[in-house]
Amino acid sequence: MEWIQQLVNGISLGSIYALIALGYTMVYGIIKLINFAHGEVFMIGAFIGFYAIGGWGLSFVPALLLAMAVCAIIGVVIERVAYKRLRNATRIAALITAIGVSLFIQYGVIYIRGAQPEAYPNVLPSKTFEIFGVNISSQSLLILSVSIILMIILQFIVHRTKMGKAMRAVSFDAEAARLMGINVDRTISFTFAIGSALAGAAGVIFGTYYTKIDPLMGVIPGLKAFVAAVLGGIGIIPGAMVGGLVLGVVETVVSAFGYSLWRDAAAFIILILILIFKPSGLFGKNTREKV
Amino acid sequence: MLKVNEINVNYGNIRALKGVSLDVNEGEIVTLIGANGAGKSTLLKTLSGLLKPKEGTIEYLGKSIAGKPAQTIVKAGISHVPEGRRVFANMTVEENLELGAYLRNDSAGIRQDFAKVYELFPRLEERKKQLSGTLSGGEQQMLAMGRALMARPKLLLLDEPSMGLAPLLVQTIFRIIEEINRDGTTILLVEQNAHMALSIANRAYVVETGKIVISGTAEELQASEEVKMAYLGGH
Ligand SMILES: Nc1ncnc2c1ncn2[C@@H]1O[C@H](COP(=O)(O)OP(=O)(O)OP(=O)(O)O)[C@@H](O)[C@H]1O
Ligand SMILES: [Mg+2]
Repeated sequence: MEWIQQLVNGISLGSIYALIALGYTMVYGIIKLINFAHGEVFMIGAFIGFYAIGGWGLSFVPALLLAMAVCAIIGVVIERVAYKRLRNATRIAALITAIGVSLFIQYGVIYIRGAQPEAYPNVLPSKTFEIFGVNISSQSLLILSVSIILMIILQFIVHRTKMGKAMRAVSFDAEAARLMGINVDRTISFTFAIGSALAGAAGVIFGTYYTKIDPLMGVIPGLKAFVAAVLGGIGIIPGAMVGGLVLGVVETVVSAFGYSLWRDAAAFIILILILIFKPSGLFGKNTREKV
Repeated sequence: MLKVNEINVNYGNIRALKGVSLDVNEGEIVTLIGANGAGKSTLLKTLSGLLKPKEGTIEYLGKSIAGKPAQTIVKAGISHVPEGRRVFANMTVEENLELGAYLRNDSAGIRQDFAKVYELFPRLEERKKQLSGTLSGGEQQMLAMGRALMARPKLLLLDEPSMGLAPLLVQTIFRIIEEINRDGTTILLVEQNAHMALSIANRAYVVETGKIVISGTAEELQASEEVKMAYLGGH
């Protein structure tokens, strides 16, 4: 029964990767940019949650919503200030800009509050349930439910709302979308807002689950979420969800077999394998453009 | 209704339209014919706001629309069915039609127009839940036209609707264009198939390398030796 517990841990970790990966994939889908500053939005979300819970005494859900709202705004500002003017520039210019934004945010946060890590306040009840002989912590369950709820809301927005349909239209063919009267700039802003809000939520969830945060915490989860997005097929929303879960489970299994030093390497081995054997990702068609 | 006056349009440093002027009156079908690369699509894209003219004016219903964003122009009543259909292949037929009505909020009117489009193109109703990428070329053309009609346009811009279609289907599409026109929509039709286009149009313009070189009524152009030689296969 040990392995079911590991599976639950893996899925919890994976759902955090999935939430971050969704932002990567949505932004890539709409402007073909790998937003390397996305991991930093995740970090900012974690800090907003930290101050909201520890400083202002908010409980988990209000802190989560606040972090999502602030991150949404930050995401929109990043796009407006840094990426918008590069829409017709070469990809490499946009990529370098994204890395620049990422470093700017990391060291901006260090400049403002210092580099010291923080211990996340404990907001969630930490009970352990026994279900069919398997011990599952209430935290894992809560994190999993929050992630699932957010993904369901996202699916609803993307498939049922006007804005979501506009997003899909712009990512498929921006010029044809303009002919429908869709405001492409506003749709891109909306995409950044949604993707960044999900990253912010992931930050708060990560903080509550792993209890330690610091200004460079976005780098590794950011990279792994990127791997998850590529694994699922970049630009494809369900792909990011599945890619995140698969990656989380693989990492946990690798640690469980006693190879915890290999945990981080596992993600990058997966990235290399997927780029060699199926560059369009699990959900991608093989004709898609490669990353 | 539409008055284009001496517009110049560039792609970077390349001038694609050089001093183009043309008029479309309410209720007409006007066709624009010309060889590959003449600048026909460029003109339509400029009218629908995808491109901005460098010089010149475009007046629509008495207001200047040159350089206005596409959404303003759609809202004002000009819909553009682009060359190559450009349907949203990742969405269903129904979703494509909904997007055509993106700027509208009158749900009763939208429902009416759904019914109208399905009446005009019964094929689309049969396939409304199908992903539009899996439609045949002819069905995609119908969808692109239906999608544009969902904006309830006063002026419809059609870019080569007959491209790549079998002769029988071309006939159907042209019959439907006439039907749309009879319902009160003015039409500016770009075509390579000059023969068919002239047979339904009131007036026509011929474009060559970014300039209008001939204009007149459809009958005049059908009778013109020059047009016959260059665009009607020489008989
Ligand atoms: N995006 C672009 N960038 C640069 N040049 C372009 C672009 N689009 C069109 N052109 C050029 O502008 C000129 C006019 O092109 P346009 O597409 O308007 O021709 P067309 O009359 O529609 O031709 P066709 O019948 O083949 O569709 C051509 O010389 C073309 O090469
Ligand atoms: Mg053309």
